[in-house]
Amino acid sequence: MAQKEKSYKSQKKTSSFIVNLVLILISAVFVVPIFGILITSFRQSERIFNSGWWTVFPHKEWVEIGEYKLDADIDLNGEIKFVSEDGQEISGDYSFWKNGVITKSGEKIQYYGAKRSRTLKIYERRWTGFETDLTLENYRNVLSGKKITYKGEDGKLLTRNGSDLSNSFINSLTVTIPATIIPITIAIFAAYGFAWLNFPGRKILFTMVVALLVVPLQIAIVPVLQDFSRIHLNGTFLGIWLAHTGFGLPLAIYLLFNYISEIPRDILESAFIDGATNFSIFTKLILPLSVPAIASFAIFQFLWVWNDYLVALVVLGGGTNEVVTQTLANMVGTKGQDWHLLTAGAFISMIIPMTVFFSLQKYFVRGMMAGSVKG
Amino acid sequence: MNKTQTFGKSPSKIVLFFKMILILAGIILIFTAGVRIITFLDTNHLKIPSALFAIVWGVSTVVLFYTGANWIVEHFSPKWTARIQPYIFVGPAVIILIWALTLPVFRTLISSLKDADAKNWVGLQNYKYAFTDDQMLIVFRNNLLWLILGTFFSVFLGLLIAVLADRSKYEKVYKSIIFTPMAISFIGAGVIWKFIYNYKGQGVETGLLNAIVMSFGGQPHAWLQIPFWNNILLIVIMIWLETGYCMVILSSAIKGIPEELLEAARIDGASETTIFFKIIIPVIKGSLIAVTTTVAIFSLKTFDVVQSMTGGNYGTNVIANEFYNQRFLYYNIGRASAIAIVLLILVVPVMIMNLRQFNERKVF
Repeated sequence: MAQKEKSYKSQKKTSSFIVNLVLILISAVFVVPIFGILITSFRQSERIFNSGWWTVFPHKEWVEIGEYKLDADIDLNGEIKFVSEDGQEISGDYSFWKNGVITKSGEKIQYYGAKRSRTLKIYERRWTGFETDLTLENYRNVLSGKKITYKGEDGKLLTRNGSDLSNSFINSLTVTIPATIIPITIAIFAAYGFAWLNFPGRKILFTMVVALLVVPLQIAIVPVLQDFSRIHLNGTFLGIWLAHTGFGLPLAIYLLFNYISEIPRDILESAFIDGATNFSIFTKLILPLSVPAIASFAIFQFLWVWNDYLVALVVLGGGTNEVVTQTLANMVGTKGQDWHLLTAGAFISMIIPMTVFFSLQKYFVRGMMAGSVKG
Repeated sequence: MNKTQTFGKSPSKIVLFFKMILILAGIILIFTAGVRIITFLDTNHLKIPSALFAIVWGVSTVVLFYTGANWIVEHFSPKWTARIQPYIFVGPAVIILIWALTLPVFRTLISSLKDADAKNWVGLQNYKYAFTDDQMLIVFRNNLLWLILGTFFSVFLGLLIAVLADRSKYEKVYKSIIFTPMAISFIGAGVIWKFIYNYKGQGVETGLLNAIVMSFGGQPHAWLQIPFWNNILLIVIMIWLETGYCMVILSSAIKGIPEELLEAARIDGASETTIFFKIIIPVIKGSLIAVTTTVAIFSLKTFDVVQSMTGGNYGTNVIANEFYNQRFLYYNIGRASAIAIVLLILVVPVMIMNLRQFNERKVF
């Protein structure tokens, strides 16, 4: 065994440099987008509009070192001549200057603003350090739900209604927690019934469950909404729990069935002989044994419901019951360019799913295997 | 528990009967009282109490139902317990499924044959629209792109990372990073990527893609408005989101391959490429198919990314988004239903495959 381990390890090492290089590159590409908005969410609004998030790190950039006013008699529609400090003579029309010229000594000369400004600005490339005026203001603005003011692209103060993301946060939790627990409870009873109880119609009903696994949500939305409006469930939490329960059930039953049907038959049979009822076997044996499968599906369903947009949009609609994804989508729609609010909002919306995900991911991996590898 | 009760009307029977009625009434009472209380809290804008109550009430009603119903059924005669109890277990799930998914298939089918208000029969007119309209043809082309490119690259990258990470000391770090997008909503991902594809056109670009292009001397573009190629850029987002899912499942499948098998092949002088194609791929074939079909279905149903990034404009529309537009923007129930049915027809092969695979397992 030790011998084997060793040879495998050496095999591992030979390619480890290239392997790690490729993995680091892929990981970098995957993580940069998230990293970018994380940094952006802490920047001053005015800076976000005028420079990329990567400029918070030390870098070389053009810094203004002086300006030159063109004489009033120079024809702006013709050639504009300019003699730089090192004696170089450059001439060109307005659009030439607008693009900027780099002199031999490494300075950049560029026309500033519109033609009538009659100003050339001179820049030099200098190192700038870390951006130090990072702020929590964006997060405060996104969560408050009150009127907010911030500096726009041109440095002017803007006032606007903030998004009430903290309210949506509570709504999302109200939607997600029952919409995770209820379908799992219903599914685990059903999975036990399908796996261990004999009754007429068992096979047909379970075939239906498997067939429904792939039925797209879109099919169900129109009829379900019709029913909801008939019994006044539109816009209510009860309605959205019911919808998520219905749409999540096939996968829940299928995964839990796979798991429960693999529990050794002798365990259950000896319990039956001892006179235990189905319900007590279910609560005392099946439930404790199924914890990994339940946990793994719970994460799956939790992430799915938390991140859902379509069902929330059509069942809850807008208003006071709107969930995080809706608020965020509205921000994209109405405040398309307000990156300081959008990035902070996007990051807040990720906190809960990421926490759930990383704290329970070992179950996730194990539980997903139960459903997929066996096929 | 005394299972040899006689069928005579002994006093204990009557007490039992009343207990059963009481339990049933209790369940119904708690349910309806809960609805009242929630409505009360909601109309008075007591957000947090209402949320807490909703969670406790919603969950406890379900638990109470199963406990109560089972208690009642287990007090019937053993014969009737055995007959009825299975339906207590599977009944609620089956009823909800039939209401939420099975019946809607037929109801949608019916409304797809009716006009915009779902009143008059119009025959196959909606389908004629779905398959011949110029816009719809673009929609189908786009979904085909999503299906092929999105699925292929997600699975390919997932497999590549799973295989490579298996050989690295820092496996956990890489995997955690690749996972992370999975926890992000499509809307959140939309914000993230909008920021990358952003275009200002005023000299300074704050979008990463334009900054990269400019640092190589190129011109900035409004990427999401370039027909056809903007589809590819949207598909990149899906690949970013789904690769983690593929990697998780394929990685666990690869870990299930017995080490002896790989070792034996290496001793026989098989190259790593041979091992990959002749051993790893055949062994994980089942998982590979499972992952591919799941991602394929995801890409067929794509909605949120397109909706939040372009709203389906600039030639990026997809089936699910067109469904949404027809139903909720143009209020054309007939066309929306026809589009949903088309989506269903596209997944029927997967459904048949699933059923066939399930029957082969002979669980019943």
